[in-house]
Amino acid sequence: MSYHVNGKTFSEEPDAGQCLRTFLRDLGWFGVKKGCDQGDCGACTVWLDGKPVHSCLIPAYRAQGVAVTTIEGLATNGELHPMQHQFMNAQGFQCGFCTAGMIMTASTLSTDDINTDLARHLKGNLCRCTGYHAIEDAIHGVQTVEVDRPGSSAGTGVGAPAAPLVVTGQARYTLDTKMEGMLYLKVVRSPHAHANVVSIDKTAALAVPGVHRVYTWEDVPRRLYTTSIHEDFRVDPNDTYMLDNVARFVGQRMVAVLAESEAAAEAGCRAVTIEYEVLPAVFDPEEAMRSGSPMVHERGVDDFIRHPEHNVLIDIHGGIGDVEAGFAEADVLHEGTYSTHRGQHAHLETHCSIGWVDEDGRLNLRTSSQSPFIARDKICYLFGLGLQNVRVFCERMGGGFGGKQEVLTEDLVALAALDTGKPVQWEFTREEQFIGSTYRHPMRIEVKLGAKRDGTLTGMKLRIVSNTGAYGNHGGETLYHACSESVALYRCPNKKIDAFAVYTNTVPSGAIRGYGLTQTVYAVECAMDELARALEMDPFDLRQKNVVVPGDAMLSLGAEVSDAEIGSYGLDQCMTLVKDALARGNGVSAPDGDWLVGQGIAYAMHDTAPPTEHRSTAAIQLLENGNYELAIGTSEFGNGTTTQHIQIVATTLGTTASRVQIVQSDTDRTGFDTGAFASTGTFVAGKAVWIAAQALRDRILDFAASHVGVPCDLCRMDNDGVICGEVRVPLVDLYQAAEESGHQLGLSRKAYGSPRSVAFNVHGLRIAVHRVSGEILILQSVHAADAGAVINPMQLNGQVEGAVAQGLGWALYERIVLDDDGKIVNPQFRNYRIPAYADIPRTEIFYADSHDSIGPLGAKGMGECPINPVAPALANALHDATGIRFRDLPFRPDLIYAPIFEKHGAGVAS
Amino acid sequence: MNLNTIEDVRGARAAERAGFLWQEGDSWLAGGTWLYSEPQPHLRRLLDLRDFGWTPLEVDDAGLRIAATCLIAELYAFSPPPEWRAGSIIDECCRAFLASFKIWNTATVGGNICMSLPASPMVSLAASLEAVLTLRALDGSERAIAAIDFVTGNHQNVLQPGELLRAIALPAAALRKRAAFRRSTLTHMGRSTALLVGTADAPDETFTLTISAATPRPVQLVFPRVPDAASLRERLHEAIPDDAWFDDVHGAPAYRKHMSHYFAEQIRAELATPSV
Repeated sequence: MSYHVNGKTFSEEPDAGQCLRTFLRDLGWFGVKKGCDQGDCGACTVWLDGKPVHSCLIPAYRAQGVAVTTIEGLATNGELHPMQHQFMNAQGFQCGFCTAGMIMTASTLSTDDINTDLARHLKGNLCRCTGYHAIEDAIHGVQTVEVDRPGSSAGTGVGAPAAPLVVTGQARYTLDTKMEGMLYLKVVRSPHAHANVVSIDKTAALAVPGVHRVYTWEDVPRRLYTTSIHEDFRVDPNDTYMLDNVARFVGQRMVAVLAESEAAAEAGCRAVTIEYEVLPAVFDPEEAMRSGSPMVHERGVDDFIRHPEHNVLIDIHGGIGDVEAGFAEADVLHEGTYSTHRGQHAHLETHCSIGWVDEDGRLNLRTSSQSPFIARDKICYLFGLGLQNVRVFCERMGGGFGGKQEVLTEDLVALAALDTGKPVQWEFTREEQFIGSTYRHPMRIEVKLGAKRDGTLTGMKLRIVSNTGAYGNHGGETLYHACSESVALYRCPNKKIDAFAVYTNTVPSGAIRGYGLTQTVYAVECAMDELARALEMDPFDLRQKNVVVPGDAMLSLGAEVSDAEIGSYGLDQCMTLVKDALARGNGVSAPDGDWLVGQGIAYAMHDTAPPTEHRSTAAIQLLENGNYELAIGTSEFGNGTTTQHIQIVATTLGTTASRVQIVQSDTDRTGFDTGAFASTGTFVAGKAVWIAAQALRDRILDFAASHVGVPCDLCRMDNDGVICGEVRVPLVDLYQAAEESGHQLGLSRKAYGSPRSVAFNVHGLRIAVHRVSGEILILQSVHAADAGAVINPMQLNGQVEGAVAQGLGWALYERIVLDDDGKIVNPQFRNYRIPAYADIPRTEIFYADSHDSIGPLGAKGMGECPINPVAPALANALHDATGIRFRDLPFRPDLIYAPIFEKHGAGVAS
Repeated sequence: MNLNTIEDVRGARAAERAGFLWQEGDSWLAGGTWLYSEPQPHLRRLLDLRDFGWTPLEVDDAGLRIAATCLIAELYAFSPPPEWRAGSIIDECCRAFLASFKIWNTATVGGNICMSLPASPMVSLAASLEAVLTLRALDGSERAIAAIDFVTGNHQNVLQPGELLRAIALPAAALRKRAAFRRSTLTHMGRSTALLVGTADAPDETFTLTISAATPRPVQLVFPRVPDAASLRERLHEAIPDDAWFDDVHGAPAYRKHMSHYFAEQIRAELATPSV
């Protein structure tokens, strides 16, 4: 029997239980992606005889004699399918990992399907990046990509250079490669929330055919480290072993099995016997702080841990003025306790990496990381290797959102590759993504506010308890961030904050868009809304009276001098834009029947770089063909920095983006970059690119001036040439001349994440709430951002829409449930629902007219901050609609209906 | 996903003819959309029901006979005759899948029923339209069972090892009735939290209310005529006490009760009004 894929015939046979998705990838069709492997996300959509199916659910043998079409086979005679063009023209993707599935689905829809029932037809395709609007535009054939003109690239919606590869399935992601002799790694995870390993029996596992190695805690470097990625590793506790003899959460990796196939590795895992001594566990952080609670980490692990006997990783106390005196002079006080829950990144490409030792004996890691450089440094530390002996690089990545600011696969892959000398691959399943990666820190935040009758704030007090889970990765820095901009946004002479990051026997928390701040913005912005109600003031007016303005210090934990300043200020414009848009309305009203309508707003401020060390190196050179090559270490995971960096180069050098090629995220081929996190892709890496491009421009003009013999001030860049007075010299000629005379038309520059500026976001929502079911409909969604100068408005819209969608998913229904033993009961997309197209309203997006004095070309980063005001705006709208304050996220119908029905259900039969 | 413990897949009809013996680790394979969506380390062999080549849909005076292997897409494409007023419930239940229309190209009606999840929409369809299921044992003998009795709990049913679901017969009498449908989900187009169907020829004819998704197994209340609101409420309370509502991440038990009572009354009121 044979298989027919994209017009080609294959005689290979699948394994008995193999699914079509992996069989197609085995045949080299890497355009077929895995997002979930369970039929929920649609990334693996292919056609069988023209009908779209999820190939992860199709027994491979059933494809015999059927025409299989993947994204790679969609073009006919070299001509792209119209839907492929449309996805390019509307840039209907960010990371692009869902795109093949989107296109293979959308291209089967009739005009009627698209115009009348697109929501239902897209419900089997999940995208975590875009918020779906660019996808909707693509399917409707809207053109949003703009023409790129020499020297004016910045400010236009230039398409991503990878677009043609993404829409044809040719873009290569981390695992889209084959290597001879590959071994596969799988791990045994702990079934217990807290347990000592008594013994491990590997014998049966080693006897499984195809199993090469079984690694336990006794086989790994006994070296404490942290999985979290920061340039300064001292900001996180070293509390983790690669493999440990203590389990501290259900899902912790305990034993690794290496085998010739994933099937053999899985069989090996099933054959490992681990005997545990089960220990008492603690899941609630308040309980964990009490005396006598089980200790998650014993004393002496790392002196970084402040109070191990109370499970306190770190506690932070600070403020300004005298908060009690401030409350004493207040006319109105508001107190409330707000809680936020775990949220998953849900990037479609799960954690994964491939490692091998090359002919020079160097370890190579091809990984999905937001920081190849720090991942390299961590691997060097763990294995005692010199930097010169390790290369870490990223191909295109399928999303990150902070989840990949963590070393979760590279260490064991490195161990196995170094041990065996063979290529090793480890790919997380979707379930592992839920039980063995990280989450947004759940926080419980007590807020007390005091104000004069006229609204002037007199006191702000917060007590924050953050659940870092079983390990301290990011627990400290997220807590500092939680204590920062949410409070510093407001001018108030008296502030006090007490904050605790607490260990529990639950899955670790980590870095995720907003990085701890999202939680306290939620609490403070809800509290401000409640204060406004108590004062009978308009919530805009209360904030107007109290927000920082240029010239103010931004203070929270203390009055120490800071490197953060207001490099540009568009908050007032953002407020007006949202206020006016809500007043205008959008013509959408609540459906007929039992709906309550309300409106809510929230503000947020976000530093444009982290307080920790952050730096980037950009190298640019003129190439022989007159184009430019930019080398930059930051990685692209759908955040769009690649396009922006190219636009910055093109604008500065007077050319088009198409003349700039990029080399990125490779420790061998680019200069150092701390990583693509903390919204630094534009603000720090972009700045390195900008100053390098300016320096190269000056050097080219200097050289051209002397080459032609005219004064430099008569020379200017002109796309692929330089105009020198009356003469125009093509760049290719200039390159030759420079080569011959020994001049180097290439250079590098570094940028630092200091000083830092601040970005602002205001979100407004008008919602309808059903008084019986508690269902929430978004009637109008408005977002205004102060992003400084906007380098790529199309991409920035995508960042905002994606962040709003992620914020709405988190606030409305994304919810992880732990059972009494600390086990996650819903580690699947079908049971942890992230927004589908049907769930997300179109957001009206506005930008303040602003130009930052610190950021490159006046720009500020927007990777994270648009998410921050979304949840509180929803909570405030919900209060406005129902007259009831809900303080605990999320607002899923079954969690909020009871008080709403009790208050508003009269007259409704039930 | 790959089912890496599977050693053998064979056509069910061919296996039967060869006189195979049902073993530990055997499983029937219909569409495979559930089997391939979760690890199945206990399975060694799959027997593919498509091999039987059953006719997906057969219509006659008795009603609609659906083969277990009928695809959801085939059922959804079926246009019931206009006198089958409850025919709309077929479409409604197809649309009640959490799964995409693409899954409908692979998933089967019988597979969904045999999964026997509270939110299985084909269970809701079969139970509310009074279907009779034909089950076939390994020796080829058949037995009939009312759909309402097939599911015994969350992911549990009456099938014996090796027994398979052959067909689902929707009787014409039920298909001809007036029907009312209500469904609640926690996300737009998400999984059912409560799915209720009421049927009645007329206000003074038999009223059948089937509650599914909100309970571990479907519950059916039958009244000689459309009752008044108080009687319905009382019967609901009796039939489903507070601790009998289903509890999982797709809806808290109290909410399922709340929505079921709300929908039940809406359905009652709708069918209490003579059709025009």
